[in-house]
Amino acid sequence: MPDATTLTPGAVGGADSDLAAELPDAAKKQGLGLGAWLSIGWLAFITLTSILAPLFLPDPEAVDPLVARKGPSGAAWLGYDATGRDILSRVVNGAKWTLLIALGAVLIGVVIGGLLGLIAGYFRGWMDAVLSPGFNIMLAFPQLVLALLLVSVFANGPEDSVGKRIFVLIVALGIIAIPLLARITRANTMVWADRDFVLAARAMGAKPWRILMRDVLPNVVPAMMAITLLAVGVAVVAEAGLAFLALGVKLPTPSWGNIMAEGKLELRRVPMMVIAPTLCIFLTVMSLNFLGDVIQKRFNVRESLL
Amino acid sequence: MSTATEVPAATGQGAAGSEASGAPLLEVTDLRTAFNSPRGLVRAVDGLSLTVERGKTLGLVGESGSGKSVTSRSIMGLTPRRNTERGGTVRLSGRDITDLPEAEYRELWATEMAMIFQDPMTALNPVMKVGAQIAESMRVHLDLSKSEARERTLALLEAVRIPEPHKRIDVYPHEMSGGMRQRVVIAVALACGPKLLFADEPTTALDVTVQAQVLDLLAEQQRERYMGMILVTHDLGVVASRADEIAVMYAGRIVERAPTRVLFRELKMPYTEALLAAIPKLEMAPHTRLVAIGGRPPDLVNPPEGCSFSPRCPYAQDRCRTEQPELTESPTTPGHYYACFYPVGSPENDEIRVQLRRAGVALPGDELGSAQDQPSVREQLATQADQAIEEN
Repeated sequence: MPDATTLTPGAVGGADSDLAAELPDAAKKQGLGLGAWLSIGWLAFITLTSILAPLFLPDPEAVDPLVARKGPSGAAWLGYDATGRDILSRVVNGAKWTLLIALGAVLIGVVIGGLLGLIAGYFRGWMDAVLSPGFNIMLAFPQLVLALLLVSVFANGPEDSVGKRIFVLIVALGIIAIPLLARITRANTMVWADRDFVLAARAMGAKPWRILMRDVLPNVVPAMMAITLLAVGVAVVAEAGLAFLALGVKLPTPSWGNIMAEGKLELRRVPMMVIAPTLCIFLTVMSLNFLGDVIQKRFNVRESLL
Repeated sequence: MSTATEVPAATGQGAAGSEASGAPLLEVTDLRTAFNSPRGLVRAVDGLSLTVERGKTLGLVGESGSGKSVTSRSIMGLTPRRNTERGGTVRLSGRDITDLPEAEYRELWATEMAMIFQDPMTALNPVMKVGAQIAESMRVHLDLSKSEARERTLALLEAVRIPEPHKRIDVYPHEMSGGMRQRVVIAVALACGPKLLFADEPTTALDVTVQAQVLDLLAEQQRERYMGMILVTHDLGVVASRADEIAVMYAGRIVERAPTRVLFRELKMPYTEALLAAIPKLEMAPHTRLVAIGGRPPDLVNPPEGCSFSPRCPYAQDRCRTEQPELTESPTTPGHYYACFYPVGSPENDEIRVQLRRAGVALPGDELGSAQDQPSVREQLATQADQAIEEN
């Protein structure tokens, strides 16, 4: 019934014009907060250093038995690992591959999952009846096993290149991300598609795809962003998990996951091999989660303004 | 404004041939809309007929849940297709538009008929600039370039009295007040020059001070553009001075229909009487208990047998509870239709009234001074209607 449409979120606020005029300024003044800036700073820092690493760090794959297991020094701030490779260089260079895999996987999830979620949530009916159980089945499938399966079948041969392994990893983790993003997008699409302005756009003769892209999607993006950031964090951890099972990025190319995986054998002698990448993963995932929360909050603020 | 006279509706461009035959702009016959719900079939609109001529306003009045909003959405073809049963015929300028495929409706929406939504807080996209939202339909239908659409949008913003349109065109809805937003919603609906405009409770969500302004603006645009308009509201006061004809809805049907000035002078339906009695009056002492219509709106899944208003009607007799009265024209006043066996003012009704009064029952008619007492709300609204008609 049409009267029920006023119950959609954000519609509860009254028509107080003064309030509506003042709040945006208040929101602008509030800013992002220190925590969010620290998170952004950390993410920017690891991204930049990993890209620029060749300029100031030694080759992360250069083996030098003479310095094996040497502790931190002026030449190598975090010391050397069991085969004499610079740990700092490996961690900084490893960030590149870890982040590439995580971002690539989530990108697949956002594009495919987001699109399917929009379709299921907007058109409903038989499309939703087909898609939604699909998402649930994908979620119910043991995810790590799925990734294991894909990697070991498609990219575990001795002749497979590092690039191919990374590509398969991205696809494997991407498939896991699809149902997560799809469900969130679908739920939010349903909420926004019930709004009067969507009906208004339809009543003005806009076609479904135009409505979906111009009216629904922009409103769903904040929720997708928040989940996307969380998903990147999950993918970073998942990459480390796969590396532990020797199915991560192929050695000697470094990634946070396989530095840790190698380090577990040297835990007593070279603890830095585990400490450094663990700390990096910890800070990165925390930053991503924190940013996700901030976006969620801002998005709620904006919605309450309506 | 000479538009009130019988000018044949020939100003439109679209449906040419049909207009020569003198078909009314909108003709709805026996419209039925029912939704499948887990509880059963909800008969939201149950056999409703009405006509609207170009340049005229029909006020559609009723409580929440009486089916007013569903009526306008059903006529426009905006009700969901799934789980909905529709019946009856809808003719626009003589053309049957009852159950068109969405693509054909799309041709009519915005250019032939448009709707103003109730709540300006939810009827605008929060992340799109208001100018873009107004221009949207013009870009879709009229194939205008960006700059042409912007020109027209500015003109529309000016037409709906938004100050500084050059600045306002580029702001987001949340930067505007409720009244301004509703003006934008009106501009969106007017963008493609529709011939028929549905205004679904256009002022319900607004401050009282802004309501009159928005309604006057609507009336002005309706006259200037010579549109037919259906003004949906729950407030008889709103339509009194702004509708040419009023249709009172109850439980998905029209229970009384008359030209505005006639309705307030000679109302026949006890429900209309009760609605009028429920309007608070300025003369009332502070903290007076407001008059409400007793009982609750009927359950549309299991409507009461007989007249649907009978369970709440003070004058209901046995016949009302078994037989459904049909909407029939008054024998004395042509153009006045009502569905009641014991209409207000009839000898039968007076007799029931006397009996009830003897039994000590307070009647809604007492509030209105329905007999020969001093002028009342009814009289005030009727005078208001007269004035409005003279002004135009």
